[in-house]
Amino acid sequence: MGRSSKKGPYVDPKLRKRIDEMNRRGEKRVIKTWCRACVIIPEMVGHTIAVHNGKKHVPVYITEQMVGHRLGEFAPTRTFKGHGNPTERSTALK
Amino acid sequence: MARIAGVDLPANKRIDIALTYIYGIGKSLAKVVLEEARVKPEVRVKDLTDDEISRIQKAVEKYPVEGELRAQVSQNIKRLIAIGCYRGLRHRRGLPVRGQRTRTNARTRKGPRRTVGVRRKK
Repeated sequence: MGRSSKKGPYVDPKLRKRIDEMNRRGEKRVIKTWCRACVIIPEMVGHTIAVHNGKKHVPVYITEQMVGHRLGEFAPTRTFKGHGNPTERSTALK
Repeated sequence: MARIAGVDLPANKRIDIALTYIYGIGKSLAKVVLEEARVKPEVRVKDLTDDEISRIQKAVEKYPVEGELRAQVSQNIKRLIAIGCYRGLRHRRGLPVRGQRTRTNARTRKGPRRTVGVRRKK
């Protein structure tokens, strides 16, 4: 079920305020946010937003193509380093 | 022999079914196309007149099919990969993209099983 188009995309009000503020002043600073569900809007393009992944804030540089996606999509919450590779000991006497 | 969108249609099938042999046309789009071309869906392909065929061709042109559609799809996937979003990462690894389980199943995306067991010394 999608979101009602009447409401428009969900943008975290706090984050939006800070972005608007920075655009007005022409500043570029990294903003920390926990708001992974927030939709990326055109105003954010060119900013770097540090999105929380549950552990730390991952800096995400927003490009034009990302508009319409959500912030959380760019800050993976899981780290998978792969299963143990066969070591020499385990492959030696196969 | 009717050729539409670069695909030969099977001569003995109903036209609505035959159209689904084109990549990008399923049963419902076939219905829409035939309505636009004013061709009865129950006619067999071999019984179509040249005029009907050209009308169908014209109607099909409005939709992305075959090569064009494939290009669009792979373009979309490339975009996801390029922007580094979660769905792009899943495409990169060849894992299911839409949150399906991967503990078991997911064989369509992962391909044939490659067993990784612990190899022990005897």
